This record gives sequence, C-alpha cells and structure tokens, in this order.
Amino acid sequence: MGKTLFDKIWDSHVVQVIPDGPTQLYIDRLYAHEVTSPQAFDTLRDKGIKVFRPEQVVAMPDHNTPSDQQEVINDPIGRKQVETLARNCAEFGIRHFAMGTKDNGIIHVVGPEKGLSLPGMTIVCGDSHTSTHGAVGALAMGIGTSEVAEVLASQCILQSKPKTMRINIEGELQKGVVAKDIALYIMAKMTTSGATGYAVEYAGSTIRNLSMEGRLTLSNLSIEMGSRAGIIAPDETTFAYLKGREYAPKGAEWDKAVAFWRTLKSDDDAVFDKEITYRAEDIKPRITYGTNPGAGIAIDETVPVLDGMSEAEKAQLTVQLNYMQFKPGQKLEGTPVDYCFLGACTNGRIEDFRAFASVVKGKKKSPNVVAWLVPGSWLVRQQIIDEGIDKILEEAGFELRLPSCSSCLAMNPDKVPAGKLAISTSNRNFVGRQGPGARTVLASPLVVAASAITGVITDPRKL
Amino acid sequence: MAKQKFNVIKSTCIPVAIDNCNTDLIIPARYLASTTRDPKFFGDAFMHDLRYDADGKPVAGFVMNQPEFSEAPHEGCHEIIVGGQNWGSGSSREHAAWAIAGYGIRVVISSSFADIHRNNLLNCFVLPVVVSREFQQELFDSIAKNPQTIVTVDVPNQTVTNEATGHSEKFEINSYKKHCLVNALDDIDYLLSVQDKTEAFEKTAKKW
Repeated sequence: MGKTLFDKIWDSHVVQVIPDGPTQLYIDRLYAHEVTSPQAFDTLRDKGIKVFRPEQVVAMPDHNTPSDQQEVINDPIGRKQVETLARNCAEFGIRHFAMGTKDNGIIHVVGPEKGLSLPGMTIVCGDSHTSTHGAVGALAMGIGTSEVAEVLASQCILQSKPKTMRINIEGELQKGVVAKDIALYIMAKMTTSGATGYAVEYAGSTIRNLSMEGRLTLSNLSIEMGSRAGIIAPDETTFAYLKGREYAPKGAEWDKAVAFWRTLKSDDDAVFDKEITYRAEDIKPRITYGTNPGAGIAIDETVPVLDGMSEAEKAQLTVQLNYMQFKPGQKLEGTPVDYCFLGACTNGRIEDFRAFASVVKGKKKSPNVVAWLVPGSWLVRQQIIDEGIDKILEEAGFELRLPSCSSCLAMNPDKVPAGKLAISTSNRNFVGRQGPGARTVLASPLVVAASAITGVITDPRKL
Repeated sequence: MAKQKFNVIKSTCIPVAIDNCNTDLIIPARYLASTTRDPKFFGDAFMHDLRYDADGKPVAGFVMNQPEFSEAPHEGCHEIIVGGQNWGSGSSREHAAWAIAGYGIRVVISSSFADIHRNNLLNCFVLPVVVSREFQQELFDSIAKNPQTIVTVDVPNQTVTNEATGHSEKFEINSYKKHCLVNALDDIDYLLSVQDKTEAFEKTAKKW
C-alpha cells in the first residue's frame, strides 16, 4: 500500500517509537515568539542546559507589536515580554528578528516568505496557527510551551501519530470567492472539531490552482476544525514561490532539493483514514454569525433558525447569538459594522492587499468605520509600496499600518471596544478575541473591503 | 507547574457544561503577556471573563460563582472539572493548562478534547479523561441533582466512576504517559536521557 504525504514526512522524522507510547519525532525547525517562549527558556535555565540546535530555531516578536508605531511598546507587561525574547535569544544564541527591523513580521508570514519553511520539513511553534506552514508541503504543528522547551532542549517532541484525512476541493471558484471562503466553507461543514485527531491534506484541482498565498490562508485555518496540520503537496507553484527566497537552497543545492520535493506527494494507492470531497462551485463569499469559526453562512444566507434543533443545540446557538446581538433567521448582509480589519497570519500577505485594493480602488472608505490595514511582515509592506497599492489605499481614505498580529487578538493596542462589531480577515471570532466584549464576523479580504466602503456587511460581487 | 504523582483521585466536581470551550475562554489573551510561572497568577485568571464582569464583580449565574461550586479546590473537593465536548479548542496557549492547574484542578473529564490542549494538560500534570457522551451527560445529571456527587478517577486501573450511580468507564492512556503521571516524570527529562538516539538520527537523516 502506498504512503500519504503525511506518512512520508512523519516516517522520515521518527527517531524512535516508544513501546505503547508516543513517537519521538525529530523537528527541523522551531519558531518562537514572545508569548509562548519565556517560560520554556526558564525551564532550560532551571535545568542548566543549552539549546541543543540553536541554528534550527528562529524567533521574532509579533503578538505584542503595535501597528501604529514601533519605537516603543507602551504597555509595560507586553514590553517586558518582547524584551525577554530578545534577551533569551542573545543568551541562548538564537537568530532573532527584532521588532521594527526589516526581517520582522508575523512568524507564519515571515517563515515561508524567507524560505525558512521548506517542503518535507517538520516545523513546530508554540502557536496553533503553525499549521500555516503546511502549505509549502511541510508537516507543521502548533505545540504548547512545555513542548517548546522540549524542542529547545532536544530538537524532538513526543507525539502520538494522528490519523490522516484528505479534503479534496474540485472545480473552479466563482468570481469573488477566494481561499478564505473555501476555509470558512469547510469549517462550517466540518465543525470546529471535525478534524480533531487528524492531520489533513488538502488536494484537488481547486487547490492546485490556488496561489501560494491562498494555500497559506487555507492551511492556516486547519486548526479551526481541530486539525493540527494542513498539508498541501509541493508543486511548481511552491517551487516558483520559494526560489530565490533568502534562506531557500541555492544553485546545485536547489536542484537537488526540488528533485526530492517532487517525491513529496501522496502515492496514488495511499489510503486515508477519512476522505471528503467538496465542489468549488458550491462555495460563495462567506461570513460567520457566531462565536466559533464553524458558525458560518454564505453572505446571502440568513442566520440559522432554532426550529428542528435539539435543546442543547438551541441553547448553544442562543448563547452565541446573544453575544453577537444577532437574531435567528436574520439576514446579516447590510448590518452596520464599526471596525474593519485586514491582516493577521490568515490574510496579511501581498495577495490579500491586492484583493482589498481591487475593491476599494476609486472609492471612499465609509466615515462610519475604523479600518486597520496591517501587513503581515515588513517584506509584505515593502511589496505593497513597490506595487503602488499604498497609494490606492490612501486615495480611498485608508492608512497602511506597521506589521503586527494587530487586531487578531487583544494583546496590543488594536483592540475592538466592547459591543462594537468588527468584520475581520483574522482567524477567530471567539468571545472577547478582538477585545473584551468585541463582536467579530470573519470574512475574506474582498468582503472586508466591500464592507469598509459601504459601512455595512457587503457582498463584494454586488458593490 | 507542580508535579504531583497520580494514583486514585476521589473528589467532587465543577460542571462546566460549555461545548467548544476554547482556550481564549479558559484564559483571555491579556493574561498571556506574562513571563511568570506563578500558579496563583494563572489560577486567578482561570475562566476570568466568565467569572467576573467588566467591573471585576463576580457573575452570579456562572457555575464557579454558585455557592455549591465556588469553594477553591483541595483534596476531595472540586479537583475535577466535567467539561463540555471539544474542550480546549483554539489557541495552543499552554497558559490555559496553567490556569486549570493553577486553580487546583487535577482532572478534566470530557467526551472530547482538542489535540494541543490535551497534550498541554498532560505536560502540566492535569489528567484529561475521555468518556462517552452518555457518561458525560450522566455526570452532568448526577451533579445537577447532587453537587456533592463524588467521582473516582483511578489512574493505575484507568477507570472513572460516577459514585452516584456506580457506573464506571475505562479510559485510554498510553503506558508511557501513565508511567510519567504515576511517577511524576516529564517528557523533557526523558528526551534529554535519549539524546544519543537523537544524535544518531541526525547522522543518518537525509536532507534532500
């Protein structure tokens, strides 16, 4: 029987399988940010040990980074965390992309664009959206801080092997539908726990036709249906994206690497524990109505009604709708929004800014909304400027901010005030995620752009 | 986090009947900007925004503020949470496990856990116990009838028992992790002890 892509990467990184226990898995790349690493470095200090393979670790602050200026972090607690990361990296000899430098950005944007995340690698980070890096054909998983310490100390983690699932998307996407909509569609079908216990591979003609940026968006959201990994087999799109990147192999090494990467695909006779196929034609621009990413609808649909639901389902939906201040059966298109957020490791890449600009070009931002447009890295920001996208945004009344996780989670100044409604390209609409009491509707850059112009939730196809 | 050896835990429970209780709910993001390992700091932040309103006043309706469930955990009392399904989804923040451990919880029972959080709990010496939906519902029902309902979690024998009904279920845990819990050993020490294997692997691993 053939092997899945997941099996190929997993098997080639097994150091040993502990009898009736987990697998000791070798890790090629550890990324560290300021939030989930300080206690891991403390563990190393407690034990009096060094980082085992410092050259395989790359660190950068992103969660606490302000997006309006990066001279200083005014919040003393956040500032201490960012300073602690810099100090830990200096002490333990780890490469550190400091705040405000051209290397910095959100880890899950910077890793692939610098060629630090490569096909066939095992990649971990104390961050659930590490699944993003799976888009380049790597096995990339989020881990906890104890496991960060384990990798720092030993370059290994102990993991039980997950089951495998392949999600095929076939056909051509409709106009106005992008990778984010595919992800929101899958999540609504799968629920937020539908892929728990599985490593997912995305395949099918729609995926093959996605750009690298689109694939990164899709893999990013794998964790929102419970899957720690979302792998996409590397192909010409992947190689074209990676070629010439700062840390990608060069010259003869590149040719050897590509020859190997071409073998990284699921064999034709590989069997997955679960396999699902969706049709691209069935996917429309999507929005969420509830407080988990699976609670979503097509933009022209209405919020579900309680009829026909079990008591438990009714109770769960009612709690969510009460928080969101929405009603069963309500049409959300046309609902006034207060905040618009373009950015995050989900949609903070060049293609997302191109998409946003294509909608707002020649129009004016609604005076009723606050808009945060936050590139995922300094490289992305430079590209926006090089392509003249910043001018289009400026003319439409928008301001381009500085790279940061920004409003995706309330750990920096970009917090949505209590009760306000935000339409966001980020990954989570959890209670309080964008600020205590803040209400979040998740959507694609196109939907957020259209809504920023009209001031209400808007279908970009109708603008 | 304090490493405590696991044997048999017999305790009353706190029922947190929230499905998809994500780690943002277990500990809001603003408590993540910390560099401390102080269990009290994280224990106080546990379920903070469900326990307290914007002014810091306890939310009367929330289960942890009800008189029969508000007592801080200690031996035999509230050492177990019975949670809704898909417990700990979302963010990988181990701070959520630190909050649970810091509050004094030793066992979380649910019909399903998110993968990363489940590992984090184990690494913080909190035992995640997976039971059937029926058993989970029966626990909620028993505790609703009698908040003093005792649940017994027998780690060596891998059983969980609802003492109100006498019903019992087996739960899964691999023998490596069981050995770790019973003897209060953690993964990092194990990995350091097998570094020769890692180095041998590195010598043979093919890059491309």
